Amino acid sequence: MTDPRTIRISDDSLALALGADALAQAFADAGCVVERNSSWGMHWLEPLVEVDGVGYGPATLEDVAAILDGTSALSIGVIAEHPFIKPQQRLTFARAGKTRPLSLSDYEASGGWSGLRRAQAMSGDQVIAEVLQSGLRGRGGAGFPAGIKWNTVAKAAASRKYVVCNADEGDSGTFADRMLMEGDPFQLIEGLAIAAHAVGAQTAYIYTRSEYPHAIAKLRAAIELAAEIIAPLHMEVRVGAGAYVCGEETSLLNSIEGKRGVVRAKPPLPALEGLFGCPTVVNNVLTIAAIPHILSEGGAAEYAALGVDRSLGTKPIQLAGNIKHGGLYETAFGISLHDLVYTVGGGTASGRPVKAVQVGGPLGAYLTPEQFDLPFDYEAYARADALIGHGGVVVWDDTADMGALARFAMEFCAAESCGKCTPCRLGSTRGVELIDRLREGRSGVDAVSALPQMHNARKSPRQREEDIALLEDLCETMKFGSLCALGGFAPYPVLSALKNWPEDFTGGDRS
Amino acid sequence: MDERLATILARHAEREGPLLPILHDVQAAFGCVSPQVQQAVAQALNLSRAEVHGVVSFYHDFTEEADPRPCIQLCRAEACQARGVEALVAQAEELAGNKIRIATVYCLGLCSVGPAARVVNGLVGEQLQARLDAKKLAQVMVNL
Repeated sequence: MTDPRTIRISDDSLALALGADALAQAFADAGCVVERNSSWGMHWLEPLVEVDGVGYGPATLEDVAAILDGTSALSIGVIAEHPFIKPQQRLTFARAGKTRPLSLSDYEASGGWSGLRRAQAMSGDQVIAEVLQSGLRGRGGAGFPAGIKWNTVAKAAASRKYVVCNADEGDSGTFADRMLMEGDPFQLIEGLAIAAHAVGAQTAYIYTRSEYPHAIAKLRAAIELAAEIIAPLHMEVRVGAGAYVCGEETSLLNSIEGKRGVVRAKPPLPALEGLFGCPTVVNNVLTIAAIPHILSEGGAAEYAALGVDRSLGTKPIQLAGNIKHGGLYETAFGISLHDLVYTVGGGTASGRPVKAVQVGGPLGAYLTPEQFDLPFDYEAYARADALIGHGGVVVWDDTADMGALARFAMEFCAAESCGKCTPCRLGSTRGVELIDRLREGRSGVDAVSALPQMHNARKSPRQREEDIALLEDLCETMKFGSLCALGGFAPYPVLSALKNWPEDFTGGDRS
Repeated sequence: MDERLATILARHAEREGPLLPILHDVQAAFGCVSPQVQQAVAQALNLSRAEVHGVVSFYHDFTEEADPRPCIQLCRAEACQARGVEALVAQAEELAGNKIRIATVYCLGLCSVGPAARVVNGLVGEQLQARLDAKKLAQVMVNL
């Protein structure tokens, strides 16, 4: 009698949403040993079944027999050699697809805890020096050097300090945080333990979204399993409650404290007065998850050798929306959008021409195919009035209505604004009204301006050009007058859509 | 005080910033955070009722009244829009009638395989769905 065959199927929530549990059960019923590993990140192939290193996907219950006898047409060959996987430079996602998320032995066997052990033998200052040497910048979007932030917290005089992991991944088109928390939770825990050691913190919080129940469950289980390894550090998962703005670090801190998720004015910086008024490191999941590799022997130099200019190391890029080969692609900074969308992503899923790509979530600019030679680099994007943000790339085909998307950006900002500052709270609503006016081709004096008490309002009708100037002016006010990135960056998608696709902002009689 | 509420409050007594964890547990146990419970929580944490109400009303996850219907949270953020979720909304609303609640969420982290949804039903628990089209959506909704 031969040994039962081992089948590997991901238990990432994306695979679960596509029926991975039923598929795993079917293989178990067929007499196989089923291992539930993390996802390789080839999402168009999920649920992906791995048999002796060879992948089959997307698999359904009808494919079970053919996969087992090796005749299935779904075969993609050896997964590690697949053209989507092979060119990647996976450091943060080195274990993706290869290990069982909650297996301490898998983690240890793949180099886990070596960064923490090495860090614990060093002083906090030495750890920070290595993080500085690696050139690691905040992966949440702002790109602030992690080592400098850590240094500020380490130098602050206080008896209580905190490390907070921002896992409130609310941007549409991003899922790298979720994949990491579900697929490799120990790596995040190790990174947090190193950060806490470096700055002298006693407590670490991971703040994530209630929309991610699988990530919450995995993290809580992993923290329990690793409790002895990270002791005496206390680590806890805190769950948001459906507020997008809590991804902003100061409203996140308020939320952990049990308050409304309202943005705080800076200064004081959270590094000096953060959680409960104590010095606090707030870093994104991907920043923290990059740490164990950097702190492993020679890791910092290897990290700093990758990338371009001041954007060093690797960036886990998320290909989403209307793209043929969507998923997670980790590579060194510098890759062009053209390569990402066409070479890696295979163009649109619908087969129609690409019209626009939004990089950096709901607050990122819409880029046209003419801008596709832009290298993935913080500064290059900033120069093009765009942002990398968390590395989400959402592709649209030629059926997209960019005027409607610009309106959606303002509408989303209005719905999710915390209400603290005026440009964001009111500007977003006025923005929706202005875009509607443009798109409906309405002329004439609007009802509010016509009111007798509006002494300063103009009583003659505004022309289309004047409406556009007003929208641009409003965007300028939001950009420079808002307290945080929600109101401050909402103008990016609006202005880029208006600039590149003015024809989508016309309608009615006036067009 | 309700025994369930007392258990929840005791569970989080040692935490720093216990309000959100308490409200999550209350919402899960009672289906809502009623004004009466808000008052009891405020008293237990030495907060004003306004402070607790302010938090409950700020976050989308907390509601003051329970809605026992099964719920489909349809993601209508950009990536799912790019994959055609808007074309499914009218169908979802029609199939739902008054029996199923249709809610909008912004991002479930399934952006490469949208349109995506989360089905929350007391009987089956929570379930994620992806690559929704008219046929699959109808199947999901008929089974609720």
